[in-house]
Amino acid sequence: MANSINQYFGQLRDTRVWRSVFRGGTGSSTLRRSLAIQQNVFLHLFSTKVRTRMLSFSATWYLGTLTLGTFLILVITGILLMLYYHPSVPQAYADTKDLQFVVSSGLFLRNLHRWSAHAMVFLVFAHMFKVFYRGAYRPPREFNWVIGIVLLLITLLLSYTGYLLPWDQLAYWAITVGSNIASAVPVFGGKIHFMLLGGNLVNANALLRFYVLHCMILPLSAIFFIAIHFWRIRKDGGLYAHQSEPATLKRLAAARGEQ
Amino acid sequence: MPDEKHEIQPEPNGVFDRRKFFVKLGLGSLSIAAAGTAVFAYQFLSPNVLYEPSPVVNAGKPESYPLDSVTLDVNSGIYLIRAKEGFFSLGAVCTHLGCLTTWKPELGIIACPCHGSKFQRNGEKIEGPAPKPLPWLRTWLSDDGDLMVDRSTTIRPMEFLRV
Repeated sequence: MANSINQYFGQLRDTRVWRSVFRGGTGSSTLRRSLAIQQNVFLHLFSTKVRTRMLSFSATWYLGTLTLGTFLILVITGILLMLYYHPSVPQAYADTKDLQFVVSSGLFLRNLHRWSAHAMVFLVFAHMFKVFYRGAYRPPREFNWVIGIVLLLITLLLSYTGYLLPWDQLAYWAITVGSNIASAVPVFGGKIHFMLLGGNLVNANALLRFYVLHCMILPLSAIFFIAIHFWRIRKDGGLYAHQSEPATLKRLAAARGEQ
Repeated sequence: MPDEKHEIQPEPNGVFDRRKFFVKLGLGSLSIAAAGTAVFAYQFLSPNVLYEPSPVVNAGKPESYPLDSVTLDVNSGIYLIRAKEGFFSLGAVCTHLGCLTTWKPELGIIACPCHGSKFQRNGEKIEGPAPKPLPWLRTWLSDDGDLMVDRSTTIRPMEFLRV
C-alpha cells in the first residue's frame, strides 16, 4: 500500500506539469533536497540544512515561529473582518456590534483576531527576551536584532491603529491620548498630530487613516521586514543555539563517549 | 578596454569629464525629484478642508445658568461657569493628553479621569500631570442675547463677562 502511494507520487513528480513548477527534479539525494528548498520562492528564505539541536524546543522555545503563526492568523481573520466592517463614523461601531451578534462566526473571528493580537505582542516580547538573554543578538546577528526592533515597533503600531477601529469610548479616548503624546515631539509635534489624525480631532479622517494604516501599510511593511528577518537567519549562520542547551550538552557528552 | 584607457590617461585635477558630469546631473535631478515628492506627500497628507464642528458654540440664554453653577457641555467640550463676578467659559479638554475633564460638585474642583489632573473652578491647576491650567475661552453675548463661546480663542484669566 505504502509502496503504491510512493510510486504514485514518483510518477506525479515525473509529469511535465510537475517538472515545470518544481524544477529541482526528483530523487532524495542531498542535492535534490537542497534544490527543493532553494528553488521555492517561499522556502528559499530558509537554510537548506539545519542542525537538529537548533530545532530542539529548548533552543528557541519556537517563539519566533509562534509569532509568525499569530501574524498569519491575524492576516486571515483580519481580511475576513474587513468584509463586514465599514471605516466610517456612523457605521464602524454598529458593524463591530453586528460582527459580534449578527454575523455567523463573527464573534469567533473577532475574538480570534483580538486574542491573537494580544498573543502576538506577548510573543514578540518573549522572543526578544529569549534572544537577548541567550546572547543570540551578538555578531554576526546584530543586524537581524535591528530588523527585529523594527518588527516590534510595527507590531505595536498595528495594535495601536487596530484599537481605534471599534470606534467605542475606549478606542476614542485611547487614540486621543496616544495622538496627543505624538504632539509632544519637539517642533514638529503639532504637524505630526495633524497629519496622523488628518485633522485636529479624532474624527472621520482619523478613523479612515488608522484603517488604511492597520489594513494596508503596516501589514505590508511587516511582511517585508519578516522576509528580511527570515532570510537573515540563513545568512547569519542559521538559528542560534546556546552551548549550554540540553540538546547540545547531550550531543557533546555522546561525542566524548565515542572518543 | 575603455576602462583601462581611462586609468592610463587620468583627467587633470579639476577638469570635469563627461561621466562625472552625467553622474552629477543624474544625482542632482534625483535629489530635486525626491525633495519635490516629499513636499507633495506632506501637502497631500495635510487636508485642506476639514469637516469639523465650528469652534463657535451657542451656549443659550444667560438666565438658564443659576448663580455659582458649573455646566459642562460634553459635545463641545466647554464649561460655562456663572460666578459672582460674571460669566466665563473654560476649555474642558485636559491640557495633559486631551481627555474630557469633569466637574466634581461635592469637591468643588474639576478633575480629569485619565491621569488624575485636578483644576480649580477658575481653571488653575491644583495637581496632576497637566502642564497648563485650563484655558479661558472668549465669551460674548450675541445680538439675540445668547451666550457665545469661541473655542479657538483663549483670553487672559479673570476676564469675566458681565450680563
